[in-house]
Amino acid sequence: MKAAVVVFPASNCDRDVHDALKRSNGTPPAMVWHQDASLPEGLDLIVLPGGFSYGDYLRCGAMAAQSPIMRDVIDRANKGTPVLGICNGFQILCETKLLPGALMRNASLKFVSRDVNMTVEGANTMFTAGYKPGQVINIPVAHGDGNYFADNETLDRLEGEGQVAFRYVEGSNPNGAARNIAGIFNERRTILGLMPHPERHSEPLHGNTDGKAIFDSLVKALS
Amino acid sequence: MKARVTVMLKSGVLDPQGKAIGQSLNRLGFANVGDVRQGKVIEIELDETDQSRARAKLSEMCEKLLANTVIENYAIELR
Repeated sequence: MKAAVVVFPASNCDRDVHDALKRSNGTPPAMVWHQDASLPEGLDLIVLPGGFSYGDYLRCGAMAAQSPIMRDVIDRANKGTPVLGICNGFQILCETKLLPGALMRNASLKFVSRDVNMTVEGANTMFTAGYKPGQVINIPVAHGDGNYFADNETLDRLEGEGQVAFRYVEGSNPNGAARNIAGIFNERRTILGLMPHPERHSEPLHGNTDGKAIFDSLVKALS
Repeated sequence: MKARVTVMLKSGVLDPQGKAIGQSLNRLGFANVGDVRQGKVIEIELDETDQSRARAKLSEMCEKLLANTVIENYAIELR
């Protein structure tokens, strides 16, 4: 699998996701600077990592969505190249409209950094084939703006079309997200955005490997 | 020409910051405070003399960057 991780100013999980991809894939992903005009040719996967790109100025992900590299990311995504957006990456995907909805300030107004349990709602995709439908996995969150919002019509459509990828277990929603949504797919299930950080639970030294299946699933589907 | 763009969360979108400000005002003894909403003000200097062209440009800026129209409304004021 040929993967690339886009690095924005103030990305801070780019190295973590680099290592998680390398562990699952054997070869490391390309690291692409946000000012570059284009991504490497023949990519199987684009990753937008977690962090606080541009210091979250204006809105989380708003400035990154206008970075030069994003024109090529949007172009490739529209042509079907798979994209994984984690935390800030999910916010950027919503700001570029590659995914519907928006990530708002946590309902508590507090930054939340802790492990949460979430249910795998959408198994049988290239991202989630390694999980059983309904499986509960434990993944860390670390964000101040993870409160997923979309109008009711959009939320109904996401649920009806099976585009909800992960849902926080009832009672453990860390941010007030609508319908406990932690992550969503686009219609074609070639794009996944999620607030929790699977790369932070991807090797035994992390104390938990529940997130590893996402990277293993991608390698299996895209190699 | 100077422009002032005001960006507010749409009505119906929960505004926890506005709510917290309202509660603080209540605690300070301002008992007659109702709903409080918080937004952003962005001032822009524009090299343009034609009002309608300026408005069109500013609308484009709002749609492309200044507001996220999934959750926010914007208003443009020219001065």
